[in-house]
Amino acid sequence: MTTSTAAKYGTARRTVTMHVNGRDVTREVSTRTTLADFLRDELDLVSVHLGCEHGECGCCNVLFDGHSVRSCLMLAVQGDGHAVETVESLSVDPTELHPIQESFAEEQGLQCGFCTPAMVLRTKEIIETGHEMTDAEVRHEISGILCRCTGYQNIVNAVQSAGAKLRGEAAADGAAGGRS
Amino acid sequence: MKPPPFMYCDPESVDEAVALKSEYGNDSLVLAGGQSLLPMLTMRLARPEALIDINKIGDLQKIERRADILEVGAGVRQYELEDHPLVGELVPLLPEATGHIGHIENRHRGTVGGSLAHADSAAELPCTAVALEATVVVQGPSGTRTIMAQDFFQGWMTTALEPEEVLVAIRYPVTPWTAGHGFVEVARRVGDLALAGAAAVVNLDEDGRFTSVSVGVLGISDTTVRASAVESALIGEAPTEENIARVAEEIVPSVTSGDDLHATRAYRRHLASVVVSRAITAAVARAHERSNGK
Ligand SMILES: Cc1cc2nc3c(=O)[nH]c(=O)nc-3n(C[C@@H](O)[C@H](O)[C@H](O)COP(=O)(O)OP(=O)(O)OC[C@H]3O[C@@H](n4cnc5c(N)ncnc54)[C@H](O)[C@@H]3O)c2cc1C
Ligand code: FES
Ligand code: FES
Repeated sequence: MTTSTAAKYGTARRTVTMHVNGRDVTREVSTRTTLADFLRDELDLVSVHLGCEHGECGCCNVLFDGHSVRSCLMLAVQGDGHAVETVESLSVDPTELHPIQESFAEEQGLQCGFCTPAMVLRTKEIIETGHEMTDAEVRHEISGILCRCTGYQNIVNAVQSAGAKLRGEAAADGAAGGRS
Repeated sequence: MKPPPFMYCDPESVDEAVALKSEYGNDSLVLAGGQSLLPMLTMRLARPEALIDINKIGDLQKIERRADILEVGAGVRQYELEDHPLVGELVPLLPEATGHIGHIENRHRGTVGGSLAHADSAAELPCTAVALEATVVVQGPSGTRTIMAQDFFQGWMTTALEPEEVLVAIRYPVTPWTAGHGFVEVARRVGDLALAGAAAVVNLDEDGRFTSVSVGVLGISDTTVRASAVESALIGEAPTEENIARVAEEIVPSVTSGDDLHATRAYRRHLASVVVSRAITAAVARAHERSNGK
């Protein structure tokens, strides 16, 4: 290691500032900590579920600058200056569920719940495209997340029901003159 | 399942990344999308002294047309190949093949350069690079050099990259608008690595006969295979179903993969000619559509 490289990079810890669920958080992290462990252990965002820890199961998916990614395949230092969204951003209050969460409950789109936060976030991402999706399209879009429990049909129903609700709301907003 | 310690470096220029690569050589690894490297780190299959994260290098993230070449920076994310209008227009095989890489969550992070450097023989981008006769651009301490994709992939997860080099871009010749392309793969589930797959680009003359055929085949050997015997046997032939199916058999001797958990050797030999024939058939259909749309 040359002294210049060592001076610039040779430390095992870094301070990072990340925009998480709408607020800026600054923490010192070990450079080898994954984003998933950072969100769970440092920020207590335990909706980020670790199944396989090597990119197969999708249960650790979060939205990174608006795109779904495997948080077990990123380092926390890579989040510096970026925005991360976990399912806690939708609602942590069981009496005030987000329409997507409501649909998962109504359609029984979960059993043990392990894959559910990832499924809910992915649903948020795909229904933002705004168009109605067939069963086959929904199945394709959620195929990156493994559910061991449901057989998927109820999840497909939940995604479609949430999409219909949110498109309805958007249309109603539009009719009311685009109030936000 | 936690990565081992490493010195984390996040240079903002290619020159600095190359300087780090030349300083650390084999003791360093480039971190691009992390979709293959992070699993290797967490499973402790890789223990680099220095990790060189190239995600902050803006110069690696460009997609540009230069005359008859589409140049794609190594750091371009795979999903951008699917969505970018220039890519779909100039090299339409790319978006089609890229959609088969893992799941969208992987393509949101995974990069073009990462897939090429990783050189999995079942991967889609190395296969399209070979079929499209693309050129890989690498930069080392003494400057840049270019390598034909066919020569870049040397064996199982082995490329022509030297330890002190960084892959910076890939240059795809623009596909003539009259050409047809096809990409077909067979995987056990959507998102899994394919058991076998093929990428084809064809040109037909006024009488509808093949004037050029280019086919890359994935999953059947240590590295992507160019189906040269199939290509030369088709030139001058009419693109009939029988001709294509008969000539596609020429790929069978190139299948060197043995039995594994996912498929037997016999099944892969069968699959190889099936995917080759389907990819060429799809390419012919596209070429016909284009010439009818004239
Ligand atoms: C669940 C899952 C399914 C997948 N399915 C498929 C699939 O079907 N098809 C497929 O092709 N891939 C698949 N992949 C792998 C693919 O997602 C990766 O994107 C790709 O293999 C590596 O690209 P990366 O940008 O993530 O590179 P990284 O993981 O960051 O790097 C991979 C290797 O390349 C080296 N490297 C990267 N960039 C450079 C560079 N610019 N210069 C020099 N060396 C470099 C790294 O040091 C490392 O050795 C899958 C991955 C997962 C997790
Ligand atoms: S824990 Fe990240 S994909 Fe399984
Ligand atoms: S509800 Fe149990 S894993 Fe999906």
